[in-house]
Amino acid sequence: MREQLEKEVIRLKRMVSSLASAVETAVRQAVAAAAEPNSEMAAAVITRDDAIDRMEVTIEEECLKILALHQPVAGDLRYIITILKVNGELERIGDLAVNIARHTLGFAERRSGEPPEKIDFTEQVLLVRQMLKRALDALVSRNCLDANEVMRMDGEVDEINKQVIDRAMALIAKYPEHAASYVDAMFISRHLERIGDCTTNICEDVIYLELGKIVRHPRLESEP
Amino acid sequence: MDADETIKISVRHLNFYYAGGHQALFDNSIDIPANRITAVIGPSGCGKSTHLRVYNRIFELYRGQRAEGEVRIDGKNILDRDIDVLELRRKVGMIFQKPTPFPMSVFDNVAYPMRLHFKLSKREIADRVEQALRGASLWDEVKDKLKKSGLALSGGQQQRLCIARAIAAEPEILLMDEPTSAVDPVATLKIEDLVLQLRDKFTVVIVTHNMQQASRISDYTAFFYKGEIVEFDKTETIFTNPSHKKTEEYITGRFG
Repeated sequence: MREQLEKEVIRLKRMVSSLASAVETAVRQAVAAAAEPNSEMAAAVITRDDAIDRMEVTIEEECLKILALHQPVAGDLRYIITILKVNGELERIGDLAVNIARHTLGFAERRSGEPPEKIDFTEQVLLVRQMLKRALDALVSRNCLDANEVMRMDGEVDEINKQVIDRAMALIAKYPEHAASYVDAMFISRHLERIGDCTTNICEDVIYLELGKIVRHPRLESEP
Repeated sequence: MDADETIKISVRHLNFYYAGGHQALFDNSIDIPANRITAVIGPSGCGKSTHLRVYNRIFELYRGQRAEGEVRIDGKNILDRDIDVLELRRKVGMIFQKPTPFPMSVFDNVAYPMRLHFKLSKREIADRVEQALRGASLWDEVKDKLKKSGLALSGGQQQRLCIARAIAAEPEILLMDEPTSAVDPVATLKIEDLVLQLRDKFTVVIVTHNMQQASRISDYTAFFYKGEIVEFDKTETIFTNPSHKKTEEYITGRFG
């Protein structure tokens, strides 16, 4: 029984790591496509999302099977529950990459051409990709310290998002004919910020996995 | 333990020795809450049953066995010499792994402890037998065969008959030593449902090898290993986030 469960968990780990790497690739290509902008690359991100969705469904089915057949408890139970939740977050990150790609296509198709002043996402992209990578590493190594560090970085991403929105608003006022492009830029920043949030959720799941504590609502913790 | 819970059995520094001095329990301390189901789990030979058998001093029926320490039930140490053992065993009923109906009718099985402990009229006994059989969820199945031998019932029914017999003595505590290990899955679920109902009236301590059973029905779980109580906590905590590595290893099937 134990041996069988362990085999299934190893299989599950492999599946999750394939999904994670597909999602990381989607995010990397979506932001690269947005930076150029490159509509072919953006279209590829959208096409490949089906594969991510399929993997998500397979992983969920696998988790449900393990729960039903092995009735895991304690650390085993927390692991399966964590994978179920992380699975959902990864799929959502894939969707956000698709959203970024869609806005990039919008950029490219617009007749008004390139706006005179571009919004630079480099720092935000760098942070978000780092967060995602570190969150996935923390999941593999079950490292709560790393998970906490990633959660801290999310604050920086939120701050940059605010700055991007302020700057985009100012540029819309300055170049109203390019308003659509700047709105796309605002959405891209917003989607990056949401990827940061999903990554934070993954880290909260890692902390649950390791400590059995649900830390999603810090305010509840301070209550008696 | 929650604020609305009171302690029924308080064990302190319990050590137990078999004949020849072999020590089976080491410094056990535990507080069993009233009107709750406490599951006792652990690998074979870890002292679960031995620990349980101290609560009604049934171990004294065997030569050379000895318990040291304190086992307070409602504050009174039942290991004291001045304890009325018959009264203790009425108060602390016990159900064993294999059903143990007496070789007499269904009715007489249940009436037996009433005749032993209480002075009752025939009418009162008949009423209470029905009550006890209903309490053990057995009445509907046996009401037409009360005069038949208890041994003629199915294994699951026999076990519920034993529970009815235990209830008939009007105990406060019910000790169950693997009560479902000799019955089929359907009978097991019936007995589990019954145990959950008994919780309202009795303090239940149940030894089980079945991890799912412990997690399904108990409020608290104690994990025993090599005669020691490694961990005692709410069942949901034990099965989602145990504090001790040994507990985790045992309940996830890494040994035992």
